[in-house]
Amino acid sequence: MIHLTIDEKPIEIPEGRTLLDACHEHGIHIPTLCYHHALEPYGACRLCMVEILHPSQPSRLVASCVYPCEEGLIVQTNSAAVQRNRRMTAELLLGSAYNTPEIVALAEELGVKEARFQMPEEDSCVLCGLCVRACDEIVGVRAISLIHRGVSKKVSTPFEVSSSSCIGCRTCELICPTGRFSLNEITAFQGVPQWDSKYTRLYRQVFEDSDLRPYFVQDVSTLREG
Amino acid sequence: MQISINEIHDIITREALGEGSLIAALEEIQERYRYLPPEAIILASEQLGVPLSQTYAVATFYNAFSLKPKGKHNLCVCMGTACHVRGSPQLLDRLETNLGIEAGETSRDRLFTLETINCLGACALGPIVVTDGEYSGQMTIQKVDRILKGIVRAEEKLDAQN
Amino acid sequence: MLKIDSPAHLDTWRAELVDATDPERQRIAVCGDTSCRVYGSEKVWSAFTNEISQQGVDCSVDYDVKLTGCHGFCEKGPLVVIRPQGIFYTHVGVKDVPEIVSETVVGGRIIERLLYTDPNSGETIQQEEDVPFYKHQLRLILNLNGILDPSYIEEYITFGGYGSLSQVLFALTPEEVIEKVKMSGLRGRGGAGFPTGLKWELCRNQPGDVKYVICNADEGDPGAYMDRSIMEGNPHRVLEGMIIGGYAIGANHGYVYIRNEYPRAVKHLQRAIDQAEECGFLGENILGSGFDFKVRIKLGSGAFVCGEETALMQSIEGRVGEPRPRPPYPTESGLWGKPTNINNVKSWASVPIIFGKGVELFANIGTENSKGTAIFSVVGNINNTGLVEVPMGISLRELIFDIGGGIPNGKALKAVQIGGPSGGCIPAKHLDVPVDYESLNELGAIMGSGGMVIADEDTCMVDFARYFMAFTQEESCGKCVPCRLGTKAMLATLERICAGDGQPDDVDYLIELGNEIKSSSLCGLGQTAPNPVLSSIRYFRDEYEAHIMDATCPAGVCKGLITYSVIPENCTGCMVCLRNCPTDAISGGKQEIHVIDVEKCTRCGMCRSVCKFDAIKVI
Repeated sequence: MIHLTIDEKPIEIPEGRTLLDACHEHGIHIPTLCYHHALEPYGACRLCMVEILHPSQPSRLVASCVYPCEEGLIVQTNSAAVQRNRRMTAELLLGSAYNTPEIVALAEELGVKEARFQMPEEDSCVLCGLCVRACDEIVGVRAISLIHRGVSKKVSTPFEVSSSSCIGCRTCELICPTGRFSLNEITAFQGVPQWDSKYTRLYRQVFEDSDLRPYFVQDVSTLREG
Repeated sequence: MQISINEIHDIITREALGEGSLIAALEEIQERYRYLPPEAIILASEQLGVPLSQTYAVATFYNAFSLKPKGKHNLCVCMGTACHVRGSPQLLDRLETNLGIEAGETSRDRLFTLETINCLGACALGPIVVTDGEYSGQMTIQKVDRILKGIVRAEEKLDAQN
Repeated sequence: MLKIDSPAHLDTWRAELVDATDPERQRIAVCGDTSCRVYGSEKVWSAFTNEISQQGVDCSVDYDVKLTGCHGFCEKGPLVVIRPQGIFYTHVGVKDVPEIVSETVVGGRIIERLLYTDPNSGETIQQEEDVPFYKHQLRLILNLNGILDPSYIEEYITFGGYGSLSQVLFALTPEEVIEKVKMSGLRGRGGAGFPTGLKWELCRNQPGDVKYVICNADEGDPGAYMDRSIMEGNPHRVLEGMIIGGYAIGANHGYVYIRNEYPRAVKHLQRAIDQAEECGFLGENILGSGFDFKVRIKLGSGAFVCGEETALMQSIEGRVGEPRPRPPYPTESGLWGKPTNINNVKSWASVPIIFGKGVELFANIGTENSKGTAIFSVVGNINNTGLVEVPMGISLRELIFDIGGGIPNGKALKAVQIGGPSGGCIPAKHLDVPVDYESLNELGAIMGSGGMVIADEDTCMVDFARYFMAFTQEESCGKCVPCRLGTKAMLATLERICAGDGQPDDVDYLIELGNEIKSSSLCGLGQTAPNPVLSSIRYFRDEYEAHIMDATCPAGVCKGLITYSVIPENCTGCMVCLRNCPTDAISGGKQEIHVIDVEKCTRCGMCRSVCKFDAIKVI
């Protein structure tokens, strides 16, 4: 067992877990965007930053979703430095996805009302990579990937044409935190007729309940059975 | 240039020495054809057992790979720091104006591809322009004009002969 | 070539090679580095080989007329050194060759016009070692660059090459090797300055049989080319270092990750690997020690981010060059999940020197916390562009003025950018700062890989910062939000300022944003990308304010804020600028004062470059 301190609370946690795991287990809220408990942590959105304090070195911010729990760590999840940083990250996201309700809400929750810099074009894809990672780790089809780099980075199929390997499971649509992802962009293929109808029914039913949206994808097979 | 599937297949087989050979295989194909034909990306994916989505992501991530065929003549302006303080942006400007294309593009007649590169490591000679693999140092706007004129004249001659 | 199967065999071979070299024989060293080749040095070298045989000189064409690695003084290329006298000729052309052979090689006479002239004293200097550029340097790593031909392993052996390896494999245990590297005080020369010995120890102590060593030869900083010169000029030294490192860590496989923009370096390195394998310095049972080690080259594919160690490993694994979160660090889980030790070219090249010349000698060079030498590529607005190797702790003033020869055209020094796109600028007032890791960090710069760009008074520091931001923005892998979107926001703000659209809050926004990007980016690229901007604001805030508040560019660079006009007193009416203007913005007849129409003028700079009378001014 590892012993560390989070927000002045002594925490005990088994080895091999991340700071975010520890926070979740002890009811400490950390905002996240690219994190999903069914997928390997990715560390891309940088909203989950927490501050690590050290007696003899300057403190620093680390991404809690990937940082391992270590013996004796002293962590602050909501210090001034953390808040400032989260607000800036939210502001940057807002500057890119300014018409996306989920991002506007996220920013407002952190106290950010407007972005000082706005990208010329609105893009509600925040490149959290959840769709790509789910297609890779859960579904195993790997029909999509992140192509190009920098601000040109985007989710796409090979050659940006209709995918021949997509099975129409719609995990990518379901897991997308901004609801931006549309299967139509990936495939013209309408899905296996038989389970498409049952699938659509369940999808619509659960999808409307947005609290559950990020969490139900873990068991795709239950969706199939309707 | 004719794409030979057999040739691509051979290149990939040759480079397939152990893990991580995807990039080496693509580099050789790029060198041979001066771009990556879609067939090459698909073949590499199949032969090396890498998902096509990953192969395509790799092909689009790195600057060395080009998915479109390049022009007959390649003009590359070094935009490294040393060349920058010696005036390379003006050289690029001049070429962009004269060729009517932006850096990274190929002219419509497929004669010219204009590129930039971030440091060739020959900083004493800056600013540098590489024309079809040949390095020219201490370039000025006049020298750049002259190189371009030279190529255009040579091409016109070829045209006239044909 | 014979396989060398024991230290004794190596000693015998070396003795034979040394014996066969007559120290009194004339040897002509022509610099064959990429820069000098552009100047035509390869033709000069061919001319020498022809001339030697034609004139029937007692000077072996194969061994004595060499195409060497970079001599360092790139500004004066093609460089030729005649030894053993050490006569140093600059700007040598093919037409000078017959004269050099008959006068200097045969006749022992100096050709004055080819000598280096000291710009301060006006005197010519004959000996290479007296040239101020070289005199103030301490060339440990680059010492053989202008002397040996990198195509022949025999040359490296003659100068003691692979002697350190031989000593290490038979006289020291891996742990002892690590201790010595720790005692030497060597710190990573890639820029971060992490203690090398400690890194090796961490890697060695990881469980597992399979480990890797990697040489990071990606050298992405624009303006830096010292790694290229070492790889082109003396690749064996790097290999020797890697083999020693592999032995110390317990790794049997090494990779050299080298950028594809360096074709000649790749060629020389591959040839060196092939020859080392033939001789038994690479492969199985090296020198009969029982230690196996193999090296392979992996080419970069045009991504600056792949100089970052985790992105580099992704690239070797055939993936997109996206960095991985750290921890775990590569020493714990690196290439294919195995413990991996990555070091820069200069770090590896320092290793054989530590064992060859001794730990004490190395540790006695430099300062308390920064031992050994540093290699800088000094480029930009400087008289003596080139590669310099200096002891850590030398002052910037000495480097720029005594070695670098000062600023050309009588201009004043404005700032020195150290560390490339990850570094910061140091203004002229801090010229007496010692060059070591800590001092540079305090001033807001970093040691970096060694790129040093000199900016004179005509450099706009805002434009300079914008240039670096544009570079990092383009090279960002795009994975994490602060770097991908943050650098875009910083760049857009800088572009607005340079275009004359700056807002009063912009500078504070840049500082705030820059600091947050540094704190939360995933990898070193994002964590250091704001540095050039932040340091230029720290020292040159007045320039930013001038752009924003007064809509002027004090240095006369930013196109949106300057106007070109003719100086009537100097204009002779020659019409050269008129004819060359791409937008026909200049009017005037023969011997009439010309006038520039500011509406049509695009500030391309053409008129300024063709005017022979200095009649165009920028305001």
